[in-house]
Amino acid sequence: MADRKVDHATGTETVGHEWDGIEELDTPMPRWWLWTFFITIVFAIGYAILYPAIPLLNSATKGVLGWSSHSELEREMAAEKARTAPILSAIAVTPIESLPGKPRLYQAAIEGGRAAFKVHCVQCHGSGAAGSAGYPNLNDDDWLWGGDLKTLEFTIAHGVRNPGHAETRMSQMPAFGRDGILQPAEIDDLVSYVRTLSHQEGASASARRGATLFTTNCAVCHGPDGKGGRAVGAPNLTDRIWLYGGDADAIRTTITNARYGVMPRWEQTLGPVTVKMLAAYVHSLGGGEATPAQAKVENASVAPGEAAADVRH
Amino acid sequence: MSAIESPQFFERRKAVFPKQVDGFYRRLKWAIMALTLAIYWITPWLRWDRGPYAPNQAVLVDVANRRFYMFGIEIWPHEFYYVAGLLIMAGIGLFLVTSAVGRAWCGYACPQTVWTDLYQHVERFLDGDRNAQIRLQNAPWGPAKLARRILKWTIWLLIAFCTGGAWIFYFADAPTLHQAFWHGNAAPVAYATVAVLTSTTFVLGGFMREQVCIYMCPWPRIQTAMLDEKSLIVTYKDWRGEQRGSLKKAQAHPGEFGDCIDCNQCVAVCPTGIDIREGPQIGCITCALCVDACDKVMAQIGRPRGLIDYATEQDCETERKGGAPIAVRKSLFRVRTLAYLAIWGSIGLAMLFALGVRTRVDVSALQDRNPIFVNLSDGSVRDSFTLKLRNMESRPRSMTVTLSGAPGLRMWSEEQSRAQAARALEVRVAPDQVRKLRVFVVGTAEGPAREPFTFVLTAEGQKKERAQEQATFERQGE
Repeated sequence: MADRKVDHATGTETVGHEWDGIEELDTPMPRWWLWTFFITIVFAIGYAILYPAIPLLNSATKGVLGWSSHSELEREMAAEKARTAPILSAIAVTPIESLPGKPRLYQAAIEGGRAAFKVHCVQCHGSGAAGSAGYPNLNDDDWLWGGDLKTLEFTIAHGVRNPGHAETRMSQMPAFGRDGILQPAEIDDLVSYVRTLSHQEGASASARRGATLFTTNCAVCHGPDGKGGRAVGAPNLTDRIWLYGGDADAIRTTITNARYGVMPRWEQTLGPVTVKMLAAYVHSLGGGEATPAQAKVENASVAPGEAAADVRH
Repeated sequence: MSAIESPQFFERRKAVFPKQVDGFYRRLKWAIMALTLAIYWITPWLRWDRGPYAPNQAVLVDVANRRFYMFGIEIWPHEFYYVAGLLIMAGIGLFLVTSAVGRAWCGYACPQTVWTDLYQHVERFLDGDRNAQIRLQNAPWGPAKLARRILKWTIWLLIAFCTGGAWIFYFADAPTLHQAFWHGNAAPVAYATVAVLTSTTFVLGGFMREQVCIYMCPWPRIQTAMLDEKSLIVTYKDWRGEQRGSLKKAQAHPGEFGDCIDCNQCVAVCPTGIDIREGPQIGCITCALCVDACDKVMAQIGRPRGLIDYATEQDCETERKGGAPIAVRKSLFRVRTLAYLAIWGSIGLAMLFALGVRTRVDVSALQDRNPIFVNLSDGSVRDSFTLKLRNMESRPRSMTVTLSGAPGLRMWSEEQSRAQAARALEVRVAPDQVRKLRVFVVGTAEGPAREPFTFVLTAEGQKKERAQEQATFERQGE
C-alpha cells in the first residue's frame, strides 16, 4: 500500500504519524507479552470467583471462599484474645502487691492499664493523667487515699463517694460557711492559717486566730498539724499540691462550700483484672508508693518530702 | 522485523541456538561464571564466630531481628545509611564500569547472563550443539523428543530449585533452615520464596533468556545512555570486513572483498541471536563470544585477528582513516573514568572510616510531653524521660548514665525510689539489645523554665565508649 512507511535503519514499519519529524516504529509486540495479559485475565476471573467482587444492589457477591474484612477482623480479634487470655488470667490470680516480683507480668499489666486508662480515665484525669482542678494529678507523689498498689486498686475498684456503694471511699467535709458553722471573718482567719501551713503566708494575728479554729473544726480529719488523713481522704494542707487551688480565694471557697469529688467504682464496669492493671499503670507514673510492711495503709500518715514518696520496685 | 507484507501485532520469539565456542573471552566467561555462582552458593554457609549472643553466620540479613551481619560488621536499622552508601556506590560503580568497559556487567556478571549461560550449557550437553538442537526443535513430537525435553526441563528445574533454595539461606541460619526446610517446619514464606524464585529462574533462564535483556530490563537502556565514544564496545570493523564474500569469491577476485568471509559464525555463537555486523544494538550484551568465533576463523584463513573486537568508537574512527588506535590503558584512564573512580573510592573510604570510628553504644532520651513536668508535694519539680540505651555489641555491657550540666538535678530510674536519686545511674544492658528505661529527673521549682543538660552514657570494656544526648529540664519557671 502506498501510505505504508518503512524506517530504513530498522526495516520496521512506522505507525504513519509524524510529530515534528519524530515517527513511531510499529514494532510488533513479543508474543509472550500477550500471555501476560491472558494470565491477568485468568487471575481476575479466579479472583472474582473466590473473593467478593461483583457489586449488587445492596451488597456484593460473596465469593466462594466466603472471605470478608469483617470476618478477618473477628479472626484477628479472637487471635488477640486467645493471646492475651493466659496473661490476663495470670494477672487475675496474682495479688497486686506481688506483681512487681514478676517483671514481665508487671510490665504487661502496666501496658494493659495504659490502654484502659486511655479509654475510661482520660475524660477526667487527662490523657497524660495530669488531672486538672478537682481531678487529681496521678503523676505526682501526693495521694488523698494512699498511693501504694493495693490502695490504688481499692480506690479504683470501689470509687470515691460512689452513691449506694458500701465500700466506696467516703468522707464529707462540712460546708462551714454555707451551713453557718463559721462566720465569714472566721473563715478568713482559717484561710490565713491554712496558708501559713504551706508557707504561702507569714505568721499574723489572723493566722493565730485561725490556728485555734483549725484545732476545733479541722484537725479531726486533717490532723493536728494539717498533714491530712488518708482514712478519710483528707488532703495534706502543708504540701505544695492543691487539688482545688491554694490561693486565698480558692481555699475560702473550699471552706465555705466544701468539696465533694466523686469517681465511679470501676470494678463493676471493667472487672477486677482491668482495675488491677489500671492500678499498676497509675502506680508506674512516677508517684507510686511502696507497699507498707503492715497492711493498715489507711492509717499511715503522709510523710513529708522525699521519704515516703516515689517508691517503686 | 519484516512485517511489511502482512502486518503483525505480535511476534513470536525467534529461538536462539548458540553454538559452542572456545577462546579467551569464553574462558573469561567460564571463570566469572564459576566465581559468581560459587559466591552465591557458598556465602550463606560461611561461619563467623561472634560469641554466644549473636548468630555465627558470616553473611546474614536477619529481617526478623532487624540486623544485618557481614563478617565483622553488624548493621542496625538506624545505621541503614551504610546500605544507602552501598547503593550509591553501586550506582557510581555502574557509571564507572560502563564508561570504561561498556556493558561488561551485562556480558559477564549479570545473573540473567550467568544462569542463561548455565542453562545453555546444559542444553548443549544433553541435546548436542547448535545444529543438533535445531534438528531436535524441528523434529515432530514423539516419545524420544518428549523424553529429551523432560530430561532437560528436569535438570533446569533442579538448577532453578538450587538457585531459589539458596536465596533463603541469606535470611536465616543456613544449617538450621536447611534442616527445617526438608522437615517441612520452615516458615511458609521460605517455601513461597523458593517456589517463586525456582519458577522465575526456570522461566527466565530456560525460555525468556535474551527477551529479558531486550524487553524487560531497564539496565541496557541506562547503560546505552552512559556509553560515550571512548567506551569499549564489541564492534565489527566494517571498513576491514566489507565487501563481505565467501572465501572462494575472495580468492577468485582478490582486492574486491574484505576480510569478512560471511561464514556467519559470529551470528551462530551469539547468545542473544543478533548479527553484530549490523552495528551496536540493544541486544548486544558485549559478551564477546563473537570475537572468539571470528578470531578462530581468521586464524584458520590466515588473516589478522580482531575483525570483530572490543574497541572504542573513537578508535574505530581513527582506524578507519588508517591511524593507529590509542592504547587501551589511555582510553581506560581518562578524566571521566578517573573522576568516577575518585567519587566511588571516596564514598567507600568514607564509609570504611565511619565504620571504624562508630560507637557501639548509644543513648536517646524522649521526654514525657504530657505532662511536661510534675510539681511534687515538697515543692520540687519532676520531669520524666524514657531513655533508650543501645548496646550494639554481642555481649552484655554495664553502662553508666550521668547527668552533665544543671547541677541541681538528680535522677532515679523506674527500678529505684526517689530516696536513691543521684547524678549517676548504673545500668546493665543485654547483648545486642536496646533497653528502655524510664528515668525521673527532679529539680527545684526555682530556676529557668528550660534548663539544658546532657545525659552522658559511658560503657566500660575493652574499649571505653561514650555517647550523649541533649535534654532539657522544664518547669513552670519565673
